[in-house]
Amino acid sequence: MSHRAVSLLSKCSSTLTNAQIRGKAHFTFQPSTTLPAGLQGQETSKMNLMQSVNEAMRIAMETDDSAVLFGEDVAFGGVFRCSLDLQKKFGKDRVFNTPLCEQGIAGFGIGVAAAGATAIAEIQFGDYIFPAYDQLVNEAAKFRYRSGNQFDCGKLTVRTTWGAVGHGALYHSQSPEANFTHTPGLKLVVPRGPIQAKGLLLSCIRDPNPCIFFEPKILYRLASEDVPIGDYTIPLGQAETVRQGKDLTLVAWGTQVHVALEAAQLAKEKLNADVEVIDLQTIQPWDEDHVVESVQKTGRLIVTHEAPISSGFGAEIASTVQKRCFLNLESPIERVAGFDTPFPHVHEPFYLPTIHRVFDAIKKSVNY
Amino acid sequence: MTKFLSLVQLERIWSTTMALFARQIQSLTAGGIRTQQVRLASSTEVSFHTKPCKLHKLDSGPNTSVTLNKEDALKYYRDMQVIRRMESAAGNLYKEKKIRGFCHLYSGQEACAVGMKAAMTEGDAVITAYRCHGWTWLLGATVTEVLAELTGRIAGNVHGKGGSMHMYTKNFYGGNGIVGAQQPLGAGVALAMKYREQKNVCVTLYGDGAANQGQLFEATNMAKLWDLPVLFVCENNGFGMGTAVERASASTEYYTRGDYVPGIWVDGMDILAVREATKWAKEYCDSGKGPLMMEMATYRYHGHSMSDPGTSYRSREEIQEVRKTRDPITGFKDRIITSSLATEEELKAIDKEVRKEVDEALKIATSDGVLPPEALYTDIYHNTPAQTIRGATIDETIVQPYKTSADLLKAIGRA
Repeated sequence: MSHRAVSLLSKCSSTLTNAQIRGKAHFTFQPSTTLPAGLQGQETSKMNLMQSVNEAMRIAMETDDSAVLFGEDVAFGGVFRCSLDLQKKFGKDRVFNTPLCEQGIAGFGIGVAAAGATAIAEIQFGDYIFPAYDQLVNEAAKFRYRSGNQFDCGKLTVRTTWGAVGHGALYHSQSPEANFTHTPGLKLVVPRGPIQAKGLLLSCIRDPNPCIFFEPKILYRLASEDVPIGDYTIPLGQAETVRQGKDLTLVAWGTQVHVALEAAQLAKEKLNADVEVIDLQTIQPWDEDHVVESVQKTGRLIVTHEAPISSGFGAEIASTVQKRCFLNLESPIERVAGFDTPFPHVHEPFYLPTIHRVFDAIKKSVNY
Repeated sequence: MTKFLSLVQLERIWSTTMALFARQIQSLTAGGIRTQQVRLASSTEVSFHTKPCKLHKLDSGPNTSVTLNKEDALKYYRDMQVIRRMESAAGNLYKEKKIRGFCHLYSGQEACAVGMKAAMTEGDAVITAYRCHGWTWLLGATVTEVLAELTGRIAGNVHGKGGSMHMYTKNFYGGNGIVGAQQPLGAGVALAMKYREQKNVCVTLYGDGAANQGQLFEATNMAKLWDLPVLFVCENNGFGMGTAVERASASTEYYTRGDYVPGIWVDGMDILAVREATKWAKEYCDSGKGPLMMEMATYRYHGHSMSDPGTSYRSREEIQEVRKTRDPITGFKDRIITSSLATEEELKAIDKEVRKEVDEALKIATSDGVLPPEALYTDIYHNTPAQTIRGATIDETIVQPYKTSADLLKAIGRA
């Protein structure tokens, strides 16, 4: 590793060795401090993201006889083990592998859903979703609209992996959500941890609209917390404030929520600034009012995401908030996001919107 | 089978013949230098029999009787050993965590690449999927370039920007991470060749899993419609990641799946069969008959990638069995020793040499530096003024300090 790389990365932590820096994630998972509404006091079990997704699918398939799960390698449990034991439990006609054909998987899923069965289609890596893009954008999103509500594929949920994993390089790290936010008719959801994943996935599966559920792959094993064991849902279209604050609003989703929380903690220590962190959870339709109320309180907004900055979803949030909160704003809205380059190979640590970059934006905003 | 030999080669055979006991030399003509299959007591050229190819919509196919001379025998052995050793080294680097991410090893499939390359001529192109390290080396990269690319160093084939799945050389269009994406590309390259009236083919490789991509059907249709010189080659190693071929494909006769495109099935563990079939296929395409589909029946010893142990969907016994009975390198070694084309000592010497080459490459691959951060924004566009790249924040917007990796390399003295 070059000296410069080491010095840049060592700002993250001064006590790690070269080798340790190389393998370290760029954030620390922050477990949720409160349970979703109505679940306080419920029995919980320690689960990681992979297990909570597995749980959600198990519950979905138990409560809905028509639910089927399909995708590449899901039968043996899936490359990330999210569908572990599901074929054993529900049988080969409900959990089955597809050949290697994303366009086929999506189109097939739309058909299954349109015919009235609940379809859970897995696209192994979000980077591979592009052959399926036409089916999702032109068919799934528009089926209800073009048939005047005579037909729909609301029973379709596409699950796919998402985001940087530390070594994924160009085609195993992308965050493609913004490619779909430009398409009305689809719902898009990104959980930040196991508790949210279970509830949000169950909501997606039961929501009568085609949904894409993006699972942050780096959190599959890394994110572990006490998850309520019963059947519960978290409503779509609702953001959650995960850290209260009065000086600045910081909006993120997925893995980046944890980066945001660490940056907020750093801001408290170094700048005595109280940063309010909001997990958007549902990217489309997003909870505008929740974010607007927060900015009306704080007067400052930063949006942060891994996807490249230009036309990332932060752009839409920034545009809406400047319109609705124009007179509340004390500083220009900042976006801290990935570079406008393809997701790199060895230069990933420089590409990502790290804790320090977010902190830098906070500092600039509060000092504006 | 007639074979054209150069004057030098003929002289060599002639003098060897004179020194030893020659059995039969036929028809040396005055005009050309032609000789039929030459069988000598101490062989410098031998003929072998290969498994016949299965044919689809063809009346005849490649010869099952092939010849091999000493020079080629040693070369093919060496080539396969380099790939085997290089992949082994890559596997070890991965286990040591010096390579991260995804690493797909070619071990077991060497005969496909080496055999096909042996039949290729100058100007032929190749494009393949992510199991590309062996191909990259064969088509001109050094072992250092391949291993250093895996470790992401400046000495790497793409200076660390591409990684395992994205390596390139002249007329080698990579290295592709997205399954199936290379299929229509291959057809396009072939169109360019035809347009330029080149007598070349584009070898477009893909796996049994990728055979189910819609793109292949589209590419095949275009290739046949326009008579493009594409060789669609399915490297069927029996598994698409962990899924056995019968569980993914309605038809596992991949060489027939071109339907209206003729096809041949080849024993991909026999390098001579591969070479012969490729030679035949090239002649077919060069004569303007359009595309051909080939299926190489082969096997990979490792899992799909280094993240896959490769034993949850097949037994260890199966893998051992293939290693024992069908290994492309030991099979070839037996043949050339038994036929006296090579001696144990010669092959041992090659092994030693190969080990040395790979070890030296390993040294560089584990010690070289990484490109500085400016490499993040090189090679985005071409021939435009330095672009403004929006950074992680608006204020990190920079104007590309170097537009290409080449410029950056020059600046750091590694041009």
